Amino acid sequence: MLTQLTHGIATMTRRRALAATAGLVLGLAASSPLAPAQAADDTIKVGILHSLSGTMAISETTLKDTILFLIDEQNKKGGVLGKKLEPVVVDPASNWPLFAEKARELITKDKVAVVFGCWTSVSRKSVLPVFKELNNILFYPVQYEGEESERNVFYTGAAPNQQAIPAVDYLMKEEKVKRWVLAGTDYVYPRTTNKILEAYLKSKGVAQDDIMINYTPFGHSDWQTIVADIKKFGSAGKKTAVVSTINGDANVPFYKELGNQGIKATDIPVVAFSVGEEELAGIDTKPLLGHLAAWNYFESIKTPANEKFIKEWQAYTKNPKRVTNDPMEAHYIGFNMWVKAVEKVKSTDPDKVIDALPGIEAPNLTGGTSKMLPNHHITKPVFIGEIKGNGQFDVVWKTPGLVAGDAWSKELEGSKDLIGDWVGKKCGNYNTKTNKCGGQGS
Amino acid sequence: MPALAGPFEDSVAKFANDEFSDTEAAIGEVAASGNALASPIISALQDGRLSADPDSKKVFITQADGKIVDATTGAAVDKLPDNAAAVRLNNRLRRTVEAALGGLTLLSPDPAKRLAAAQSVFKSHEENLLPTVEGALAKESVKSIKQAFAEARAAIVLFKSDASDSDKLDAVAVVKARGDQEALALLTGLGDQQPLVAKAAASAVSSIQSNLAMWSMVQNAWYGLSLGSVLLLAAIGLAITFGVMGVINMAHGEMVMLGAYTTFVVQEVIRTRYPALFDYSLLIAVPLAFLVAGFIGVLIERTIIRFLYGRPLETLLATWGLSLVLQQAVRTAFGPTNREVGNPSWMSGAFELGQITITYNRLWILCFTLAVFAILLAMLRYTALGLEMRAVTQNRRMAASMGIATSRVDALTFGLGSGIAGIAGVALSQIDNVSPNLGQSYIIDSFMVVVFGGVGNLWGTLVGAFTLGIANKFLEPVAGAVLGKIAILVLIILFIQKRPRGLFALKGRAVEA
Repeated sequence: MLTQLTHGIATMTRRRALAATAGLVLGLAASSPLAPAQAADDTIKVGILHSLSGTMAISETTLKDTILFLIDEQNKKGGVLGKKLEPVVVDPASNWPLFAEKARELITKDKVAVVFGCWTSVSRKSVLPVFKELNNILFYPVQYEGEESERNVFYTGAAPNQQAIPAVDYLMKEEKVKRWVLAGTDYVYPRTTNKILEAYLKSKGVAQDDIMINYTPFGHSDWQTIVADIKKFGSAGKKTAVVSTINGDANVPFYKELGNQGIKATDIPVVAFSVGEEELAGIDTKPLLGHLAAWNYFESIKTPANEKFIKEWQAYTKNPKRVTNDPMEAHYIGFNMWVKAVEKVKSTDPDKVIDALPGIEAPNLTGGTSKMLPNHHITKPVFIGEIKGNGQFDVVWKTPGLVAGDAWSKELEGSKDLIGDWVGKKCGNYNTKTNKCGGQGS
Repeated sequence: MPALAGPFEDSVAKFANDEFSDTEAAIGEVAASGNALASPIISALQDGRLSADPDSKKVFITQADGKIVDATTGAAVDKLPDNAAAVRLNNRLRRTVEAALGGLTLLSPDPAKRLAAAQSVFKSHEENLLPTVEGALAKESVKSIKQAFAEARAAIVLFKSDASDSDKLDAVAVVKARGDQEALALLTGLGDQQPLVAKAAASAVSSIQSNLAMWSMVQNAWYGLSLGSVLLLAAIGLAITFGVMGVINMAHGEMVMLGAYTTFVVQEVIRTRYPALFDYSLLIAVPLAFLVAGFIGVLIERTIIRFLYGRPLETLLATWGLSLVLQQAVRTAFGPTNREVGNPSWMSGAFELGQITITYNRLWILCFTLAVFAILLAMLRYTALGLEMRAVTQNRRMAASMGIATSRVDALTFGLGSGIAGIAGVALSQIDNVSPNLGQSYIIDSFMVVVFGGVGNLWGTLVGAFTLGIANKFLEPVAGAVLGKIAILVLIILFIQKRPRGLFALKGRAVEA
């Protein structure tokens, strides 16, 4: 009896497994590009690929809301090409392989015309093959390490020459900094940025002894030793500054420790590339007065466009305290560029839109007009802001004009001859020395 | 524009131009003017209380008591003009302000201000302040401030190009006696000097450096104790649920997180209703966090874990799933972004002990951890519940036959462990982010401490936490934070090979049970 029963269960499970496999195969077939297209013709679908759970939810949820807000505003104006935009939100849950899966789902199952998404470089790298294979468009809104130019990706965040290099220039000129601490979280963005900065500083005559490089694990919370080291490094009689590529949550305990150990911005200023209004919303900023951040946008910049954007955003989120930040502005620019390109070619066909995007101009929120470049990066102004007591930034310096984003850093040996040009050369890594497409990268 | 009378008024009006270069010129001119309002103007500028009206070029001081006066005349004003904005500063100007204020407050009647002034002159070593510093030095009666003035004078003399060699040698000796990092910065930044002075300065630098190197050992030890206390605090609840009960509780970190969020809620209520109580917010949060996390712990034990005793794999999976559920629940309720938990005034800042800086928040957390540990130990040793807990874990059937309601004890034990994790959350909210991910960063460390210390032994957890903390902090300056952490993990793996039951292994029948 007992053996019969177990046997029964075993067969049942096997049968179920068979059924499940069959279902899986069918499901795959249904979602493959070969399946007949069933996209609804009355709307244009826009994919949103931002983590809504897991570690990155803290930063990415806001960007999901931003695109929903922009779509809402666009639909109020009548949509695009006479059709309403329809957002499709998926949650890749801060899980890098899941980003690729969800991207595939958005493109093949939901038939989106464009995707706005990703935050970390790992997640971008994970979805790249999917966008290439299925030929769709990704707008990537976060400042990143550069060294990339892909046909299917449009980079609306800052490349290193639009954030890191101007920040260092500012410290050299205005604060007369002679000694540098490059502190970062141990992953690709800080490592590449610090490599570029180190090469740049050395080209400006800074000695190796005057550069201290320090990496910490993700979510590092015990900063006592490192802050004490920075203090020690700063007591060599030369003006010292910290260039911080510390990511995400680790910033709060870092700044708390700086404040508690009494390091003031007038002694050792910290310039950060990943600390914005959103991150400061979680801390008391009074001890941080005067520490710096370099971005292409600050909420405190007073322009009519920005004031309108903030007002509408706070009304949309029904939260009068909701802050805005740099990656949000990047999405704002990217979204408007995409709308303009689609209206220009009167189609959402990715090939046509990709070819139409370079050269498209869209206003940014700081009073200028950003332009999509042939290397799929955009022109942006660079601002240096000092942290104020209320969690906002006070702009103390800005570049005279807009800075064009370099896909490949001019400071690094391996990439200084490369350019991305998807208009003339149709190549993301064109070597200007050998006049050939190819080299480092893909 | 109204006609302005006199140079002082013209200088003050420059604050209204909203140009950093004009502000800088104005600071210099106002400081040099000798006007009685100079000091209030510049200290108002430093605190962001100086506002200017760009249209009328009038400048106003908002006094500490909220009254507003005209900066040029000192006459009271009813209210600020609508378009008046605070005068902006950048870091360069803040340094200028500090130096100017240092010069202006050297003779202040308030000893704290005089000390601050002396220290800022030590940093800025403005040559033209020498007579004022010397005058202040002669008049000063408080010993520690006199010392600070002497050091400030020495700093100026060292950078004065026409000071005699013997004066400079004396100055080097004074700065050397100060012996801290600022003295070191001053001496290394000295630039070209006469050979005799340069030699003295070099020897002073090396003596300060060797002295500081010794202090840095003390500092590492302190940092180690502090990190150890954080590890212990995070692990102590797990030492009960995992160590004593044997439940592999992956949701332990989330109990810590719930404690931190309880602190946030308490502070929110206090901020909106009873702002005067803010300094007591943590004291109020501790019992509440214990109750919240403890209650949820009991709930989890009654609904999930009690069906899984003796099935470690299923417990692991169930509690891990539970941790995800709790995280997402908090994310839905409070939002994914960090929540601001403020530090009460007694938790902020630092004091100097010799040449090391001890921050108050770390010191209090160390004391708090030791207190929690002592109370827990006493509870297990001297109370009836503690006795029952020990009885049940040592021999469940025997305890049951002695009339102990074992399932009730199980629930209470799990609730106790969870409650203590909640208390840990209150303390950790002071040094870490309060976000739904808070618990995840502590779960691995907590298991590491409990396993290393010896499962089932509270003293083992104590020694384990401090050992790991101190080892980590001595490795970090040498190997860096990333390698240091890896090295610790490798050491633990090797150690567990040698002693699978941890530092303090339980012996006897309890082990086999």
